[in-house]
Amino acid sequence: MSEPTKKTAKNLAFDAAQGIFVWLDKRLHLTDLWEHTAGHHIPRSSASWFYVFGSATLLCLILQIVTGSLLAFAYVPSGAEAYTTLEYLTYEQPVGWFLRAMHYWGSNFMVAIMFLHMTQVFLFGAYKYPREITWISGCILMVCTLGMAFTGQVLRFDEDAYWGLGIGAAIMGRVPLIGENLVHLMLGGPIIASETLSRFFSLHVFIIPGTILALVALHLRMVLTKGINEYPEPGRLVDRNTYDKEYEEILKKDGMPFAPHGIWKDLVAAAFVLVAILACAAIFGPKGPTGPPYPTEIDTVPRPDFFFMWIFAVAALMPEYMESFLLLTGGPIILLILFALPFINNTGEKSWRRRPIAVLTVIFVYLALGLLTYLGFTSPWSPEMTAWTADPTEQSRVLDRTPLELQGLVVLQNKQCRNCHAIDGVGGKRGPDLADVGTRLTKDQMIRQVIQGGGNMPAYGKNLSPYEVEALVSYMVTLRPENQPPARDSTWPAIPPKENVSTKEAGPHAGHLEKTADPQS
Amino acid sequence: MISHRHKEPEKKPCACEGADKATSRRDFLFKMGVGLNVVAGAMVSLPLIGYVMSSFVKILPTKGISLGPIDQFPEGTTRLATYTNPYRRPWDGETAEIPCWVRRIQGEQFQVFAINCTHLGCPVRWFDESKLFMCPCHGGAFYQDGSHASGPPPRGLYEYKVSVVNNELIIDAGLLPTLARPNA
Repeated sequence: MSEPTKKTAKNLAFDAAQGIFVWLDKRLHLTDLWEHTAGHHIPRSSASWFYVFGSATLLCLILQIVTGSLLAFAYVPSGAEAYTTLEYLTYEQPVGWFLRAMHYWGSNFMVAIMFLHMTQVFLFGAYKYPREITWISGCILMVCTLGMAFTGQVLRFDEDAYWGLGIGAAIMGRVPLIGENLVHLMLGGPIIASETLSRFFSLHVFIIPGTILALVALHLRMVLTKGINEYPEPGRLVDRNTYDKEYEEILKKDGMPFAPHGIWKDLVAAAFVLVAILACAAIFGPKGPTGPPYPTEIDTVPRPDFFFMWIFAVAALMPEYMESFLLLTGGPIILLILFALPFINNTGEKSWRRRPIAVLTVIFVYLALGLLTYLGFTSPWSPEMTAWTADPTEQSRVLDRTPLELQGLVVLQNKQCRNCHAIDGVGGKRGPDLADVGTRLTKDQMIRQVIQGGGNMPAYGKNLSPYEVEALVSYMVTLRPENQPPARDSTWPAIPPKENVSTKEAGPHAGHLEKTADPQS
Repeated sequence: MISHRHKEPEKKPCACEGADKATSRRDFLFKMGVGLNVVAGAMVSLPLIGYVMSSFVKILPTKGISLGPIDQFPEGTTRLATYTNPYRRPWDGETAEIPCWVRRIQGEQFQVFAINCTHLGCPVRWFDESKLFMCPCHGGAFYQDGSHASGPPPRGLYEYKVSVVNNELIIDAGLLPTLARPNA
């Protein structure tokens, strides 16, 4: 008795569901939409693990939109309140720290995966005919994503954000003729203040995301109309006259619907990316906020987030004559090259196996960016602001010195020499390590270097008394590894004739030379 | 080419006067619609552009600001002073407090330097022992008179115009100094 009623109930529910679906489908044309989007046919070869980065970037974008919208529940974009609300989000709002962490790590993953996607597209020749607009829209999306990264770093309104804005304004100020106007436009006034933060908030939350969504629509539309790139085979060349037909044939002979047959790798990658973001967020937490954005707290060492660290490094390493030019035109030049790429290199070989220049370019770019990023994090060009008070001097560098030499050591420490000069690797890296300075410079050369400076060292002539210079240099000549001779003036013969030794060395610094030989030997 | 082929067969059967008139009337109305929207669009975008570009066009002048009585700056010293941004908004909070380096040479002879390094705007720090300003970002260094000592900065420190009125130190300030406007 009970079985048939159960069945009918089941059937009824099924019929009802089907009815609702059919009704909706007739209104919304869902089946049709599915067939023309997710169900579109792709070459079987494109269902590859190399093709998952695009969808993974899109997934990051969605995660950023969701977490970002929720962070805006508490965040207040005002100079007076932003930092307080960041602290509130991090320490008081339940799960707030985790959302901040997800948003931060989501952005890191988005930038990283986007570049992987771009690299894959470049190496697989997917930018060639007929997918030029797919490539160009992707390049603009890259600019927008980096724009999101920079504006997001500003919204985390701490001391790094404040001085980061200062760096942005300083770059704008280098534009000829309209530099000052651009600084005003960027800051929303004459100086970094609330209005600056508000316009970066608007850019980060409304303007750039809106642009990104529109461009993603175009980007995906191009994927549908021009098809996803087939997995390139070495020797199969792109010809504008025959490619479209060839691609159609590939789809006919060896095509399959993207969903459900090709999508599973994207789904697996998506889950992996999500878990990775969650893991990073849980383990490493959110970034900052570092110290509050108070301009008067100048005891700060501003550094950008990792995506811009290479620019920070380039800014330190460029020669001065090309600095303004490269800071202003470097970005546009890179963009121009990227935009021109599909037109310069429109047909021909797609496979990276037969495009050595493309492979070398990728290796070069990654090595350069990696090295510059590493240099940015270590920044050996910056003085270590606390080295003179915080860095110890090794015992062997103090023992057995004369009172004058010890006095010199005090001068070396007190006059902030160690902010730029390390001794045995401890201290600033701006100038050369002083541990072996005695083998490189004679006493006279040291005196000249200290008083006149040069070679990127300030002149200390006005700030050191003759007694201080004498003491300092007396100490420095003792700084050399064991068994290595002191530096020697090139006008003296390497092996002085025996009977002349005393007269030759009886120059102005003869006494010191004898002394310096003693303590180390 | 394709559109041309499409048009011809349409036109030929409707070669009567009435249809021609109707098309030209519709064409006119379409063009009018587009034209009206161009005008309306311009009217909408003018205030939008004006709103956004106002800060681009309007360059605010510096203002005279007191750093307090000159007695707080002993002769021969360089000290950090702060002033409130004259263009302060009520919601600016602490970002309206701007630091600067005051060097009193002797008597009423002063030099007041902006905090921003001339390279890329990071805050320079004063080291009294070596009489140097050092920048923590890219290693710029400046002598006590603000002149360039070493590193990438293209010039010496930015200096405010200084005057002493009624025993008070007055500077002309209010703008973020950059290479485009060094005397902010």
